[in-house]
Amino acid sequence: MLPIVEPAAPSPAPPGIDAALTTEWLVAFLRDELIERRGIPRALIGLSGGVDSAVTAYLCVRALGAQNVRAIRMPYKTSHPSSLADAQLVIDALGIPSTTIDISPAVDGYLQFEPDADARRRGNVMARVRMVVLFDQSAKLVALPIGTGNKTERLLGYFTWHADDTPPVNPIGDLFKSQVWALARYLGVPHRLIEKAPTADLEADQTDEADLGISYARADAVLARLLLGYSDEQLAEHGFSADEIALVRRRVDATHWKRHLPTTAMLSNTAINEFYLRPVDY
Amino acid sequence: MPPESEAPAHLRVAILQTKPAKGEYQRNLLETAEAFSQVAAEVPELVVLPEGALTGYFLEGAVYDLALPASRFAHDLAQAWRGAGGDAVDLVAGFFENDGGTYYNSAIYLHVTRDEDRIVHLHRKMFLPTYGVFDEERFLSRGHKLGVFDTRFGRMALLVCEDAYHSIVSTVAAVKGARILIVPSASPGRGVENEGEGELESITRWRETLQMAAREHGVYVIYAGLTGFEGGKGMTGSSSVIDPRGRVLVQAPPTEACIVRADLDLREIDLARANLPLLGDLTAVLPYLLQDEELPLPRGRHDAADR
Repeated sequence: MLPIVEPAAPSPAPPGIDAALTTEWLVAFLRDELIERRGIPRALIGLSGGVDSAVTAYLCVRALGAQNVRAIRMPYKTSHPSSLADAQLVIDALGIPSTTIDISPAVDGYLQFEPDADARRRGNVMARVRMVVLFDQSAKLVALPIGTGNKTERLLGYFTWHADDTPPVNPIGDLFKSQVWALARYLGVPHRLIEKAPTADLEADQTDEADLGISYARADAVLARLLLGYSDEQLAEHGFSADEIALVRRRVDATHWKRHLPTTAMLSNTAINEFYLRPVDY
Repeated sequence: MPPESEAPAHLRVAILQTKPAKGEYQRNLLETAEAFSQVAAEVPELVVLPEGALTGYFLEGAVYDLALPASRFAHDLAQAWRGAGGDAVDLVAGFFENDGGTYYNSAIYLHVTRDEDRIVHLHRKMFLPTYGVFDEERFLSRGHKLGVFDTRFGRMALLVCEDAYHSIVSTVAAVKGARILIVPSASPGRGVENEGEGELESITRWRETLQMAAREHGVYVIYAGLTGFEGGKGMTGSSSVIDPRGRVLVQAPPTEACIVRADLDLREIDLARANLPLLGDLTAVLPYLLQDEELPLPRGRHDAADR
């Protein structure tokens, strides 16, 4: 009998990452973008106690030095106390200066007129107030707000438009959540933040994966293939269920608008970003 | 005793891996002049700069603000070299060319002395990537000719970035007698998924492509890569020199402006070809391949190739 040699069967694994290489690349990106291009050598990061903002802070410290990275915690009165504590773990581990600003009075100042607002609306108000604070602190401290949204949530539309996505520079926006976790392990982010269930912490006991209806590992594995143009039939051959495929595809297709600037009616041959095309760094 | 060759045995090359400020041509020209002072001290015979060396690569509509006639760019570059106190030298650089309202992604080969500068060759990029992150053909016209040209170091060809990504382009250059391929390039880096690789996939793919060309045809390949981040897209630098046996003599880091130095032993070209005579084989067989009626090639001399 002759041995049979054949390729391995497709596996439904999420995308991997060379964490050392990625760190090196993103550190170079942050230095170039903040110091050389924009001339603002200081970063401001809203630390939520989750892994995305923690990884962003670790990258910024490598790029700019701890003294040039400012953390800001922005709890609301219903935020889980552990979020504040987990953010503090990062602040202590990195030795970075920090500020804590309670957004409850600002959020409630508006919501008192909207007592019937549901959890989703309340969550969006919180996210948008955090952006108001982040940008004002940015002006006060002359430090650039750094984005912490990952590729998975960007693709699934799992973020508040013109809130979480507003910082002008984002080092991790092309990394799936699974890759962010791997990067977190490499960078030495405290284990608690890597092990705990991810949450937007906008509602009590909320978790991302319960909200989304799929685990990040599975969503990332589907997304990575979907972006390459795989059909549902091919995805099924890679080991994904019809429900998983439909859920991910539906979320991506329903949220293209969230990944763009507002739709502007075109009336001329010089419409901005349609005819008048200049790169962001020009 | 073997007969003496007319071509020199060595070529001292310097690659200036530039990191231009986007769109700031004059500032970048000044910085290039400063870098030339350092380069000139090495007394190179050939200095190569990347694609879009003094403007950056992703320009979109700003290409119309920044494109220059070849003569003007040649003059600016030559003046920068002279200002740096450099001796006679050959200079190669990529730039965006305005040819009376037709715009190209071009590379120029200049011979510069203290008193004069002469354009030896102008190559207009033929393969304009227009997919994914790339949008060149929206703004630029294609070049239609792959010229080879004679220098005091032997026959050469200029291939701009994607030109070199198609094996047939380096093949045609080599069959037309090029012994050195110069590749000004701007490659945005991508591919971090393979754990433990230690290098972006796009860098690896470029190197392998260039090594294949060098090894198959017995040519030196001089690759000048742009560096620096442009709107989140990091140009991968990695300027390199590959010998005619496909060995990487030197490769620069991806993210830093730097000067790459290499001394090319031009006798290696003949030796490599004697050792692996693939180019001779190809030259013999190529007519049969090209006469294949099933190939979608223009017939007759009136077609695109002569434009």
